[in-house]
Amino acid sequence: MEKEIESKSIIDEATTSEYKYGFVTDIETHIIPKGLNEEVIRYISSIKGEPQWLLDFRLKAYKHWLTLPMPQWAHLDIPPIDFNAISYYAAPKQKEGPKSLDDVDPELRKTFDKLGISLEEQMRLSGVAVDAVMDSVSVKTTYKERLAELGVIFCSISEAVRDYPDLVKKYLGTVVPYTDNFYAALNSAVFSDGSFVYIPKGVRCPMELSTYFRINAADTGQFERTLIVADDEAYVSYLEGCTAPMRDENQLHAAIVEIVVEDHAMVKYSTVQNWYPGDKDGKGGIYNFVTKRGLCRGDFSKLSWTQVETGSAITWKYPSCVLSGNNSVGEFYSVALTNNYQQADTGTKMIHIGKNTRSTIVSKGISAGHSQNSYRGLVRVAAGATNSRNYTQCDSLLLSSTSGAHTFPYIDVRNDSSVVEHEATTSKINEEQIFYCNQRGLTTEDAIGLIVNGYAKEVLTKLPMEFAVEAQKLLQISLEGSIG
Amino acid sequence: MLEIKDLHAQIEGKEILKGINLTVKPGEVHAIMGPNGSGKSTLASVLAGNPAFTVTGGSVTFYGKDLLAMPPEDRSHEGLFLSFQYPVEIPGVSMVNFMRAAINEKRKYYGQEPLSASDFLKLMREKRSIVELDNKLASRSVNEGFSGGEKKRNEIFQMAMLEPRLSILDETDSGLDIDALRTVAGGVNKLKTDNNATIVITHYQRLLDYIKPDFVHVLYKGRIVKTDGPQLALVLEEKGYDWIKQEFDGLNG
Amino acid sequence: MSSIQQYIDIYKQLGKRIDNASSPVFNALRPAALAALDGRQMPTKGDENYEVSDLEALYAPDYGINIDRLTATADISEPFRCDVPNLSTSLYYVFNDTYQGNPQAQLPNGVIVASMNDSACNEIVSRYYGTIAPISDPQVALNSLLAQDGLLVYIPAGVVVERPIQLVNLLRANSPLMTNRRVLVVAEAGAQVKILVCDHTQSHDTDFLNTQVVEVFVGEGATLDYYDLEEASEKTHRVSSMWVRQAASSNVLINGITLMNGITRNNYHIDIDGQHAETTLLGMAIASNTQHIDNHTYIGHNVGYCHSNELFKYVLDDDAVGAFTGKILVAPDSPRTEAYQSNRNICASNRAKMYTKPQLEIYTDDVKCGHGATVGQLDQDAMFYMQTRGISCQEARTLLMQAFMSDIIDGVRLEALRDRLRHLVEKRFAGTLAQCRNCTASQSCHTKIKKK
Repeated sequence: MEKEIESKSIIDEATTSEYKYGFVTDIETHIIPKGLNEEVIRYISSIKGEPQWLLDFRLKAYKHWLTLPMPQWAHLDIPPIDFNAISYYAAPKQKEGPKSLDDVDPELRKTFDKLGISLEEQMRLSGVAVDAVMDSVSVKTTYKERLAELGVIFCSISEAVRDYPDLVKKYLGTVVPYTDNFYAALNSAVFSDGSFVYIPKGVRCPMELSTYFRINAADTGQFERTLIVADDEAYVSYLEGCTAPMRDENQLHAAIVEIVVEDHAMVKYSTVQNWYPGDKDGKGGIYNFVTKRGLCRGDFSKLSWTQVETGSAITWKYPSCVLSGNNSVGEFYSVALTNNYQQADTGTKMIHIGKNTRSTIVSKGISAGHSQNSYRGLVRVAAGATNSRNYTQCDSLLLSSTSGAHTFPYIDVRNDSSVVEHEATTSKINEEQIFYCNQRGLTTEDAIGLIVNGYAKEVLTKLPMEFAVEAQKLLQISLEGSIG
Repeated sequence: MLEIKDLHAQIEGKEILKGINLTVKPGEVHAIMGPNGSGKSTLASVLAGNPAFTVTGGSVTFYGKDLLAMPPEDRSHEGLFLSFQYPVEIPGVSMVNFMRAAINEKRKYYGQEPLSASDFLKLMREKRSIVELDNKLASRSVNEGFSGGEKKRNEIFQMAMLEPRLSILDETDSGLDIDALRTVAGGVNKLKTDNNATIVITHYQRLLDYIKPDFVHVLYKGRIVKTDGPQLALVLEEKGYDWIKQEFDGLNG
Repeated sequence: MSSIQQYIDIYKQLGKRIDNASSPVFNALRPAALAALDGRQMPTKGDENYEVSDLEALYAPDYGINIDRLTATADISEPFRCDVPNLSTSLYYVFNDTYQGNPQAQLPNGVIVASMNDSACNEIVSRYYGTIAPISDPQVALNSLLAQDGLLVYIPAGVVVERPIQLVNLLRANSPLMTNRRVLVVAEAGAQVKILVCDHTQSHDTDFLNTQVVEVFVGEGATLDYYDLEEASEKTHRVSSMWVRQAASSNVLINGITLMNGITRNNYHIDIDGQHAETTLLGMAIASNTQHIDNHTYIGHNVGYCHSNELFKYVLDDDAVGAFTGKILVAPDSPRTEAYQSNRNICASNRAKMYTKPQLEIYTDDVKCGHGATVGQLDQDAMFYMQTRGISCQEARTLLMQAFMSDIIDGVRLEALRDRLRHLVEKRFAGTLAQCRNCTASQSCHTKIKKK
């Protein structure tokens, strides 16, 4: 109860509808010239001092990417993207990796303070270990020592390549191969940094691991790559947040997240996505084309995705679970809110391969303004996945007559002992509910905020506490000005 | 406090209220009775500002202010409370969240600081006891999965929280068994002071055994056709509405 | 090479003979059809909206086509015995793809049921033929290239046709045969009509590819029921597309039933163009062995204040494959739209596959829409309960599967047909439909079950 009160008061505080993360930090940034070719890839690899195998991986991915067309199947109107007008590497300039917090560029730290993630605060109070990725490079990972005692590895992927090459080599590209899709191939060729997490056998990670992504420099893309491995009976909860400055032009974000979950292990992955959505006329904003997939390889393994998507001009994202272990469990909880001219095509894939596998999908779409919001999901039950179960609940709430809400589920069942259920509803926000709130003294705007948060609650409660509060606040802010 | 003059209102082009006149003073209890479809609930909805209805004529002042010019939330802040006949369910929104928002919006309207979490919870506890509302109900989503009786109790609980100057109880007795009726009516009576007023809309006399009215009005075909003291309710209980209908229809051909 | 090429070649060589035996209205559309097919191929497995059906493979074999319209007479005594008891209909036949008249039929004044080649129909046919089925669709184009005959049903404004119009499509041949049928239904404002179409095969060992394009115009305030019953053979394959345009306040019920077939692909495309219209689209699919049923539906709410309701149910046994795609589109500025869609499926064997893709595409806010899809099995608790009451496993299965289909059958607005369907479905689930190919009296069917 206290939690709800707390979050409500935060909603009350949020009074500006402007994108509050839209500042630009004045940090000296190392940016390579725009354009994409083999030379650029070799250059990225060499700055990072990468081993030959990784360079080979990148080059193979690049060659494959050249053969692929941009995917057209999503319910999205994507303007042509000139992949040669993007700089593929931008790093805040620093002589060497920071040894302690004092070594971190003060401007950079100010940026993270503005984002509400003061590194010191995080370290001292919340016990959340933070890896902050600015543009493409991981800036600082807190709490590393404490985690190291437990054998938990939490570092940037560049450090992991250097310090744990065998682990990286063993898992990189095994869940999302570079051949997977257009953006995955691009990312595999040019990824510059990201986070790496390894939880050893039997270890329950004592704190939430968190990464904040920030695009700062202009005309750059962000191509980070996250790899999480939970060994037998391990547990980790991982949080991801993202923001970007307000710019008139569109910027590309094409990330990959790969997760491997072994026997009896569990990974919980939460995202609050708040990239700059563009202005009220649809100018600017991030193109968020992300491939996220987890492999529940072990028996009784479990992967749970939770996402709150309020940002980005265009979102193309399907966090998926491949349930290959027997009795493995996949979950996907999503709230996607679009306003103004935002477009989102998001959902999940649940691929049931092992026996007795279970998956749950709860998707809540909210469309306001002139936005288009689509749920797209695949549930496939292979012939060998006997006694498997899927339940999908997929709701859309429409707040304006000029917005669109679409549902595209794909269901493919190949045995007779499994049960798959999909239910979807689409409706307008209930005017009786608004009037009831009005009668109790709430303005229409507050009433809608309250109703939308109630509607999304099933998903929001899946988020870790501090994220849930931020997510509620975001929903409220993102809706402001949408009441017409 | 409330002055309704020649109020006309319609829904989807159909005129329901055809000239209502009614004055309510502090400390008074008014009962509005009448056959089905006479416009009782419409009157309640129009006073609360339900946008489904259009006011086509007349005026309503509340403590000298033009009530009809206010949005529904300001009417609430000014002290008008409607206990709905069919309270709507709002999934996912907890009662605590909902009431806290309502209370603090009202405080903001009067330039007061929001209530602290602990004060608010104390207030909740205190008011809950008036209608014997279960703690569990208070922690659930607004009206979701509540029984008919629980919904009505919840309405009176909200009335206690918001301390209105004028309460309109729209068919609060419908769907209640005798025990629930006694509890709900008891709650209303506990909240009664010399400074607030109540309009009880009901079809039957039995609620008026518990909430004693000062005046009884009969609404028929969108007009108040008869006003008298509490004994009128007893006459209606005994003789039904037919004699009123005849009297009125006879008068108007 | 595309499977279409052989048909293009046939037309290029023998086009004159095809044209000679057809209405000029049909011939007028051929150049456009030919142009549309140029360089195209049929959809193959994996193409969007063809996730499980390979039409390219379906069109590839070398089928014969009755280009010269050689006449043969059908043995109509067989389907007569298959007639729906207690249902009095005006009965017409199409033998392979040639229309056979029924001079005895008594129709209300002005109502026309005739061959589209009948010169008296020329004016109506030319006004509507090929106007909703888009020639850009390769199945429509190929049918338009080869079709030589079809059935016209025309109901003038305000006329109520009490007696249902029944059309029996009969297939009979000794060698593989392709038939290309057309149906054109025009129900003018205020008209009311019920149409029952049955597909039958008399040659159970012959391969058939049966293509049809059905165009349906429903005028303002008109009411149309269209029942499409497929009860053919496992070697009969069908590619059907039905295009419906509904005017204001019209009421349309379409019920597509596949009881026995080889590979079936049905496209239903319904455009609601006038306010206050109602649409009910029902479908039932029962498949066993290696049968394959793929229904693809589209309901376009192009204006407001309309209601649509869609329900498709499948029972798949053995190695059967089922697919369902249902799209509901609600266009901008279509207030007060209510659209519901539901697809329920039972996989009764471990090898059966079901693929379902319900879709909602909504561009306005004042709507109530929902869809649901389930794939599951028969209720094991119910099975067990019945067994404890002495019902055999097989019987319990049949009972439950029948119960599962009951809401589709209940949607039939003709009582006699409802009873007949109940009986057919029961036989189908009891596994006796195939044995019943000569439609022996139902008495003996029941004996067969008992002997088991």
